Amino acid sequence: MDFNQLFVKKNQSGNLAKDRLKLVLVHDRINCSNELLEMMKADILTVMSKYVEVDHDNLIIEVASFSEGTVEKNPILSANIPIRNLKKE
Amino acid sequence: MGQVIVITSGKGGVGKTTSTANIGTALNILGKKVVLLDADIGLRNLDVVMGLENRIVYDLVDVVENRCRVKQALIKDKRYGELYLLPAAQTREKDAVTPDQMKKLCDSLKDDFDYIIVDCPAGIEQGFKNAIAGADQAVVVTTPEVSAVRDADRIIGLLEANGVSNIKLIINRVRMNMVKRGDMMAMDDVVEILSIDLIGVVPDDETIVITTNKGEPAVSTPNSVAGKAFSNIASRLQGDEVPFLNLDTNDNLMIKVKKIFGFTQ
Repeated sequence: MDFNQLFVKKNQSGNLAKDRLKLVLVHDRINCSNELLEMMKADILTVMSKYVEVDHDNLIIEVASFSEGTVEKNPILSANIPIRNLKKE
Repeated sequence: MGQVIVITSGKGGVGKTTSTANIGTALNILGKKVVLLDADIGLRNLDVVMGLENRIVYDLVDVVENRCRVKQALIKDKRYGELYLLPAAQTREKDAVTPDQMKKLCDSLKDDFDYIIVDCPAGIEQGFKNAIAGADQAVVVTTPEVSAVRDADRIIGLLEANGVSNIKLIINRVRMNMVKRGDMMAMDDVVEILSIDLIGVVPDDETIVITTNKGEPAVSTPNSVAGKAFSNIASRLQGDEVPFLNLDTNDNLMIKVKKIFGFTQ
């Protein structure tokens, strides 16, 4: 937009404001409390445990909004759940 | 059939009332019949910003409680053509008007006027819900600060949840010299974060303070850059394509010199 903005450094307060806002809006937009997230997490794990043995120490379930550097309007529930063993039927 | 445009922001003090007064007056200067409706019950201010505080007889609550007819409560601004103010009640609570009553009032005003511009109270409580009840579209006002943008985001979500889908954004009090040195969020950043259409960028301008002191909208003051920005917003609201003002300048003197059009993102 502006020639001068090509030289704007990353650590300037305007950029800081933008980055902080993006993070805070992720939580605002999902409008979901920590308790709700924990309940959802527990349910997901209950279902998965029926079929596989889940590595409880290294799993990550969180709400994110970043994809390719831009803010998505809708938050994304991202889950990374390592499996120890596939249960045999 | 008129249009009901609600001016809202979530956060207080970002310029809702100033925007309402100036956009409404500018639409009137463009030849439209306009009502400015102050929905900020208990904290009315549109009357003082417009300089009409001494002419109030009846207010919004008197109208919905049938103590007077709408026409009796409307204050005609004698400086302009068909420009009216419907003031809020000052001594009542936010819940003195229900969403149903508000919608009915807005619908009845639509028959006689081209635009009904509603000045919304700050906050997300009942007063906000009442104010937006009759809205056809919304203009969200924010400043390039984290608190105001965050609240704007919340308000956009609530407007959508309440069925208002035509939402436009005004970024107010922009200080271009700060944006240039990277100490204020740029317009593109705010638009990207909120992901709604931008309808205007208004510079931080001393003439707003001066005109508000006098009770005269800045749009009818020559040489007010903010006034010019609000006039352009009014034109865009009625469907004209107007290029964004060039606010690219380092000092206030230059603002006056460089009124060059063609500022686009």
